[in-house]
Amino acid sequence: MRFTGADVLASEGFEPPGPADFDLPPIGPSSTFEMFGQSFYLGLTKPMLQIVMAGALVFWFFYAASKHRAMVPGKLQYVGEAGYGFVRNSLGRDIIGSRDFMRFVPYLFALFFFILLNNWFATIPFIQFPTMSRSGMVYALAALSWIVYNAVGIKKHGFGGYLKLQTVPAGMKGPILLLLIPLEFMSNILVRPFTLALRLFANMFAGHLLLILFALGGEYLLIHGSALVKPVGVVAWLLFIAIAFLEILIQFLQAYVFVLLNAMYISGALSDEH
Amino acid sequence: MNGEINGSLNMIGYGLAAIGPGVGVGLIFAAYINGVARQPEAQGRLQTIAILGFALAEALAIIGIALAFVLG
Repeated sequence: MRFTGADVLASEGFEPPGPADFDLPPIGPSSTFEMFGQSFYLGLTKPMLQIVMAGALVFWFFYAASKHRAMVPGKLQYVGEAGYGFVRNSLGRDIIGSRDFMRFVPYLFALFFFILLNNWFATIPFIQFPTMSRSGMVYALAALSWIVYNAVGIKKHGFGGYLKLQTVPAGMKGPILLLLIPLEFMSNILVRPFTLALRLFANMFAGHLLLILFALGGEYLLIHGSALVKPVGVVAWLLFIAIAFLEILIQFLQAYVFVLLNAMYISGALSDEH
Repeated sequence: MNGEINGSLNMIGYGLAAIGPGVGVGLIFAAYINGVARQPEAQGRLQTIAILGFALAEALAIIGIALAFVLG
């Protein structure tokens, strides 16, 4: 159920925002179909447009930044190089190691700025919807990173060698392995993509929900509250602004953490010994 | 206004579940600040480790909020 301003004004009690607020109606012509007991849209939605826009914008920005390269960089080239250098050095070289990090820099670089822009869409005026609060988008990214780090490891160590590397901790012998191997397999192969996806998704989801709650709650207190609680509505709106700034930081941090963990997993899959 | 409270107990459960990760994240950054105060030149190395630890501790809170909605 979606609430418009008029609905909130018309309703008597306060309706807290919920997961339903993230079901944006499709743009343009659409139809719905039933599958797995749920109804699905067959059409274009806002997050879909955003994810394509983010890809195009990131490409356009860094293409423009690197088009007219000069020894003395201009402003645009400087920003592009600073962004590239940040991912290359602090995420690529420091974690994967100077031997074979260059192979992965394009992947990490594209991933970081793609996720960063998608997260910042939650803050950019007139867009204000985090793409990654739709879980499907995040599952695709997590699946991609799962394939990348496993494929890299299998290519380097062979299938058996890679499984041994990921499941047998170095220096462990004897019956304890019966316990350790399934646990390590679970944590290193099976659970990683889920925590990776859930972390990004739930952060964006919870952050946006918090902002909706403060905005709608403040509005409700201000308009429907008695004279005594009206100032609380103003406080709620002030907090809303403060949290919006905190969210900008969190959105950056989550993009960083996602790519950091990707790099860690790749470096773990490439390592010779633990 | 009457004394009635509506809602899901899940959210109380989530609030309780968030205490653990909250303490964990606090400890991680306390250790990070300590480390940087003692050895400022190690900041670059410690930062990565601190953020990694923060992300892992935070995962518990995040799984909690996901389950609070899913099981609601």
